[in-house]
Amino acid sequence: MIQKEAEKIFETRELNVNMGPQHPATHGVLRLVLDIDGETIVKVTPHVGYLHRGIEKLGESLSYFQALPLTDRMDYVSAMSNNIGYCVAVEKLFGIEVPERAKYIRTIVGEMSRIANHLLWLATHALDIGAMTVFLYCFREREWILDLYEMICGARLTVTYPRVGGVRNDVPQEFLDSLWKFTEEFPSRVLEYETLIDQNRIWLERTKGIGVISAEEAVNWGMTGPTLRGSGVPYDIRKHMPYDAYDKVEFDVPIGTEGDTYDRYRCRMLEFRQSNNIIRQCIEKLPPGPIMADAPKFMLQPKDKMMPITHPTEALAYVIEEKVCKGCGMCLRACPAAAIFGEKKKPHTIKQEMCLRCGNCFVTCKFKALKVVPGGKAMTEEQLKELASAPVPEEITKAAEYMVRHFEFVKKGPKVPEGEIYVATEVPKGELGFYFVSDGSGKPYRMRVRAPSFIHAGCIPRLAVGHLVADVIAVIGTIDIVLGECDR
Amino acid sequence: MSVTNIITPDLIHASVDFGLKVLIIIIKIAVVLAVGLLHVAYATYFERKVIGHMQVRLGPMRVGPHGLLQPIADGVKLFFKEDVIPAQADKVAFFLAPVIFMAASMVNLSVIPFTSGFVIANVNIGLLFIFAIAGMGVYGIFISGWASNSKYAFIGGLRSAAQVISYEIAMGLSLVGVMILSGSLNLTDIVKAQQASIFGVYAIPQIVAFVVFTIAAVAETNRTPFDLPEAESELVAGYFTEYSGFRFALFFLGEYIAMFIMASLATVCFLGGWTMPWYILKVLPFLKIVPGIVWFLVKVYAFIFFYYWIRATVPRYRYDQLMGIGWKILIPIALANIVVTALIKLLL
Repeated sequence: MIQKEAEKIFETRELNVNMGPQHPATHGVLRLVLDIDGETIVKVTPHVGYLHRGIEKLGESLSYFQALPLTDRMDYVSAMSNNIGYCVAVEKLFGIEVPERAKYIRTIVGEMSRIANHLLWLATHALDIGAMTVFLYCFREREWILDLYEMICGARLTVTYPRVGGVRNDVPQEFLDSLWKFTEEFPSRVLEYETLIDQNRIWLERTKGIGVISAEEAVNWGMTGPTLRGSGVPYDIRKHMPYDAYDKVEFDVPIGTEGDTYDRYRCRMLEFRQSNNIIRQCIEKLPPGPIMADAPKFMLQPKDKMMPITHPTEALAYVIEEKVCKGCGMCLRACPAAAIFGEKKKPHTIKQEMCLRCGNCFVTCKFKALKVVPGGKAMTEEQLKELASAPVPEEITKAAEYMVRHFEFVKKGPKVPEGEIYVATEVPKGELGFYFVSDGSGKPYRMRVRAPSFIHAGCIPRLAVGHLVADVIAVIGTIDIVLGECDR
Repeated sequence: MSVTNIITPDLIHASVDFGLKVLIIIIKIAVVLAVGLLHVAYATYFERKVIGHMQVRLGPMRVGPHGLLQPIADGVKLFFKEDVIPAQADKVAFFLAPVIFMAASMVNLSVIPFTSGFVIANVNIGLLFIFAIAGMGVYGIFISGWASNSKYAFIGGLRSAAQVISYEIAMGLSLVGVMILSGSLNLTDIVKAQQASIFGVYAIPQIVAFVVFTIAAVAETNRTPFDLPEAESELVAGYFTEYSGFRFALFFLGEYIAMFIMASLATVCFLGGWTMPWYILKVLPFLKIVPGIVWFLVKVYAFIFFYYWIRATVPRYRYDQLMGIGWKILIPIALANIVVTALIKLLL
C-alpha cells in the first residue's frame, strides 16, 4: 500500500551508467550506456565511432598499393593479419598468383599475429576479470613476437610487411631460427597461463554460463571467428576458403559446445596451439623461390629492372626538337624546376643546368617534341642540339620508356579489371572481408571493410542483458573487440 | 578546610603516577603511529616488489637503491597533488569520509598487543573493540561513495557497505571459537592462554575458524579476490574514484593499516602473538633469545605476504558470488565451528 503511494509520488527508473569512452575495461573508446536495476543489466546501448578515421573513404583516393598501410591502423593489435587480408583481396581482384615462398611466409606471420592478438586478448580479458598476473605473463610472450616482427620488417606494431603480390622482403635465417625457438617454448607458456586460470574456481564461476548464445543465434547475429566457434559452429575461412598456404598445412578448428564465455576462452586457448603448429609446419616446408609475384602489369617492378641505366639523371638529357615543338607551353607549366624557357608559339629550350631530369615534360608533350639523348651535364648546348635532331639509340628510348612507365604506375596505379569483389580472410577476431568496386582505374571506386569487431560490438546487448555489471566486462572481453577496427 | 589540606602527599603521589602513565601512553602512541605509518609506506613497497617478482618483473627500481625511496616519493607526490573536489559533491561529507575511514583503522592499533606488555590500551574487550571500530570504517566508505556524487563511487560504496557488513559477521563468528577456548576478550589474555594451551597456537584446534577468518579478513579489507568495491575494470576505482591528492592518500593509508590490523588480529588470535609454541622451543631452545616483537612481526608479515600472494594469483569474484560465499558458506561453517568448539569445551 505504502509502496503504491510512494510510486505515485516518486518516479523510479533504472540507474543510467556511462561505461566509457574513457574506462579501464572497454578496450579502447567503446562507450556503453548501461541501464542497471541494482546490479542487473536491463539495457545496454553501445556507442561506437569515437575512433572513426574514414579509412574506407581514404582508400578511394589512394591507389591499391597506397591504401595498404591504412589497414595496419584498423586492428592495430593484429596488423599483420589485416595486411594479409587486404593483400589477398587485392590480389584476387588483380588476378595475380603469389609465389609459394611468399605464401608460406605470409602464413607464418599471419599465425604469429594470431598468437600475438590472442595473447593480448587473454591478458586483458584476465585482467578485467581480476587475474593480474596472466596479463604480465602474456605480455612477456607478446613482446617476444613483436621482437620477431622487428627482425623481419623493422616495425613492431604497424608492420605493413605483406605486400600486394607477396611480401616486402625475404625472411632472414636467424628469424626462422628464433621463431623456431619460440614455437618450441610457447606451448609450455600456454600451460603456464592455464595453471593460473583454466581450472581456477573463481575463473570458472566468472566465465561459465555468462553471455551464452546458441549456434543458430550466433550465426544470425553475424558472429565469426572464435566468438562463433565457441557456440559450436566449425566455421573457419582458413579451412573453408583457404588462402595463402592454409590448404597445405594440417590444423584443427577447435570448437566449443555451450557458447558461453568459458567456451570461447577455451577455443582461443586451443587456437594458440594450432597456430603454433601451423608455424612449425610452415617453417619446415618453407620452399625457396621469389617472394613477389611476377606480374609486370600490376606490380611495381624493382627500379633496376625498369631502368637498366644505373645513374639516369647523370647519363640522360632531355632536349626539345625545334622543328617539332609547337610552342604550346604544356611542358613549361609541367616543369617542376622551371628549367624550360620560351615564348608562346615559338620552340622552347631546356636549360640543362637547371633540369632535374624528372621526365615530366617528356610525358606531357603531345607532339613528341621531347627527346631523350645520352649524355648529361658534360655535354655542351651545341652537342645536345645536334643530338636532338639525330636518331636516338635504342637503349635510351627503352630506358626512357621504363622511366615513364614507372612514373605513370606510381602516379596512377595499375589498370585494374572492372568489377566488384568480396574476399574474406580469417583474422584472429573473425572474418575480415574486403569489398572492392573497381571502375578500371588504379584506385578503388569503393572500398568497404567488413570488420568483425563492429559486428561483435553489436552483439554486446544480446550477450550482456540480464547479467550483472561485472559480467559486462567479461562479455566485452570474450568477443575480443578492437575499436580501431570497429570504427575504422 | 584550607587548600593545603586537600593536596595530601597521597594525592601528589597519585597525580604524578597518573601523569607518568599518560606520558608512557603518549610515547607508546607516538611510537605506534610512527611505526604504523612507516609500515604503510613500506607495505606498499613490499607489495609492489613481491607482486613484481611474481609477475616476472622487478617492481620499483628507480628511486633510490632498488627503489627503496619509492614510497617516500609517492607520498610527496600525493601530498602536493591538486585536491580536486567535484562541483556537485556534498562537501562536508566529502571531507569527512576519508578522515572517518582513516581514523577507524588507526584507532584499532591501540588495542593490539605487539609484544608482552606493549599495548597502548590493555582493555578487557579488545576483540569487541576492534569489531566495533572496524564497523565504523564502513561509514567512511559509504559516505565517500555518496558524497562524491558519482555513479561509480556510489555503486562502489554500496557494494562495500554490503560486503563489509556481511563479512564482519563471518569474521566475528569465527573468532567466537577463540573466545571460548581462551575464555577472554582481552587480546593479551588470548595470547597468554594460547601459550599455555597444548597446541601453542589456536590455528591448530581452530583450523576451520582460521580459514574462515582468513577469507573474511581478505574480504573485510577489500582485497583481491574480493576487491569488488574498487574493481577497477568495472567501477574505475570504486568509492574513491573522485578523490585525489591527500584525501586519496588517507584512504590508501586506511586500507593498508586495516590490512595490518587484520594480520595482527590473525597473529594474536590464531598464531600465538609474540610467543612461540612450547614444542618448537623445546626442539630449538636457542630461539628463546629472539624478542617477542620479532615473532609478532614475522607472523604479521607472513600473513600480509599471503595477501599479496593471493592478489597475484586469483581473479575477482562477482558481487552476487561474493555475497553467496559470505552468507551461504562462511557463516554456516563459522556457526558449526562454534557449536563443535563449545561442545568439546563442555565435555573436556
